[in-house]
Amino acid sequence: MSTPTITTETRPDSSASGDALTQRRSRPGEVAFRLAMQACLLIAFGVLAALLTWVLVKGWNRLDSRLWTEMPTGLASRLDGAGVQSALVGTLWIISLVALICLPIGILSAIYLEEYADNTRWYNRLLELNIQNLAGVPSIIFGILGLGIIARALGLGFTVITAAIVLSLLVLPVVIIATREAIRAVPQSIRHASYALGATKWQTVSRQVLPSAVPGIATGSILALSRAIGEAAPLIVLGAVTFITFNPDGLDSGYTALPIQIYTFITRSQSEYTELAAGAIVLLLAIVLAMNSIAIFVRNRFEKRW
Amino acid sequence: MNPTDTTIRPGVSIAGVGTPSTGAPRSDAADPVMELSGVSVYYGAYEAVRDTSMPIQEKQITAMIGPSGCGKSTILRSLNRMNDLIPGARVSGAVTYHGQDLYAKDVDPIEVRRRIGMVFQKPNPFPKSIYDNVAYGPRVTGMKVSSMDDLVERALRDAALWDEVKDKLKTSGLALSGGQQQRLCIARTIAVRPEIILMDEPCSALDPIATAKIEDLMSELSNDYTIVIVTHNMQQAARVSHYTAFFTAEVDEQQERHGRLVEFSQTGKLFTNPADKRTEDYITGRFG
Repeated sequence: MSTPTITTETRPDSSASGDALTQRRSRPGEVAFRLAMQACLLIAFGVLAALLTWVLVKGWNRLDSRLWTEMPTGLASRLDGAGVQSALVGTLWIISLVALICLPIGILSAIYLEEYADNTRWYNRLLELNIQNLAGVPSIIFGILGLGIIARALGLGFTVITAAIVLSLLVLPVVIIATREAIRAVPQSIRHASYALGATKWQTVSRQVLPSAVPGIATGSILALSRAIGEAAPLIVLGAVTFITFNPDGLDSGYTALPIQIYTFITRSQSEYTELAAGAIVLLLAIVLAMNSIAIFVRNRFEKRW
Repeated sequence: MNPTDTTIRPGVSIAGVGTPSTGAPRSDAADPVMELSGVSVYYGAYEAVRDTSMPIQEKQITAMIGPSGCGKSTILRSLNRMNDLIPGARVSGAVTYHGQDLYAKDVDPIEVRRRIGMVFQKPNPFPKSIYDNVAYGPRVTGMKVSSMDDLVERALRDAALWDEVKDKLKTSGLALSGGQQQRLCIARTIAVRPEIILMDEPCSALDPIATAKIEDLMSELSNDYTIVIVTHNMQQAARVSHYTAFFTAEVDEQQERHGRLVEFSQTGKLFTNPADKRTEDYITGRFG
């Protein structure tokens, strides 16, 4: 049993060592952990900076309007007047279609799972588990699935719409998970307040929950689209053409995309191709960064504080 | 007891409580607007409150007091079917509203809540403007409104908030102080013209001055509305209510706690001459 005297003895005694409050002690553990964290940060930023520098230096000569006004070419002698217009337009086609297909499906699925589904039911829990797992499936698997089912069985072929559907499926789990997180972050008290005023479920969801979740949904969706824009693997098996000199003109049109174009350029030995690839990389990064800035803007502009 | 909730206004002491400022309870025993008979509430297999029977008198303030875990909030939420929102919650017995069983199969809980509104423990304004907070209820319930501006103004006046917010109706309800937010929540509730207002510890998150304002407001509102309030604060129940129900938590053989109504009577009687020993122990602070 402890006695009162023990507790007073264990208390730091300020009278015995008068400078205990002012003497700063060094704490090696604190310092070491801080240094470790800074080192990790440095590695992450260092790699990114090195990458950006390399592509900017390599591609500097090609960073002009030729990049988006000219078509790619297969002839090294004509490279001076070549660009990546068909790939850029193909990428814009695909990503717009992905947004149209996967955002409504993903957001509505998330609303169902979060607001309507009874998660004590086994089938809803199975559904959730599957979505989590789908988010981890490698993209090439989605490509092969798309090749077998959408391109061949459904007969859509190697077209813009096939690519868009497959990329939509690929990022759908990301959209669902991000939207669910955003919906879950809306305090329960807001829903209760709405119900207590006689609002229906859909009124509560559409007028309170969704408007409050918009920043999170928009951020997650745009990040998902950014991922889709950079995917090359599924498109390789889905017949993205390596060199085409026309822009897609419809859902059933042949296409290529920026990551594919970069890949084919970079496998060529001539240095002109490497330069053009670097230019295309800068273009792709610019699109992704622009989309991410929109995400940040939306989040800051509409963020709710409770 | 919640320490922020133990406000004692000058000049009011428990011993001095006879009747609240709004006057004596109705002597004419009119038909109660609501009636609980043999109500038990379950969460899954667990019986949270058992066998509660009490009336709710029209245009009177009924208080529910008792220690934590005694089921008073659970009973309150069963009065407008807010318990439906908790998975696994179930009510047995009868809760009648104008003689109609609220838990009958064909009763729409949304219609119930349009008539029986609720104010919560923590002020929970919507992240919208003050104006839209008040207009939300009338909009979603499809009330026929000749002028929304007038309706919003009247609700805010009735909630004693108009003078403080009339120049900033477009600012966010979240920008108000805690006490103002709670009055905004009351304004929002009375904007849909319910018959009954349920209040679940509406002052427990508020400071003494804000609490006093809400209490004055409750007395004012009881001229037009039936109010049921859950409170941790005995003095508050004594100050504002006409009727008081005292709940306690009983521990059974399986060491499970069940809420139970011990005593229901006119507030003056319950605080000065309780019929049950447990009530007396609780209100005199000897509760163990």
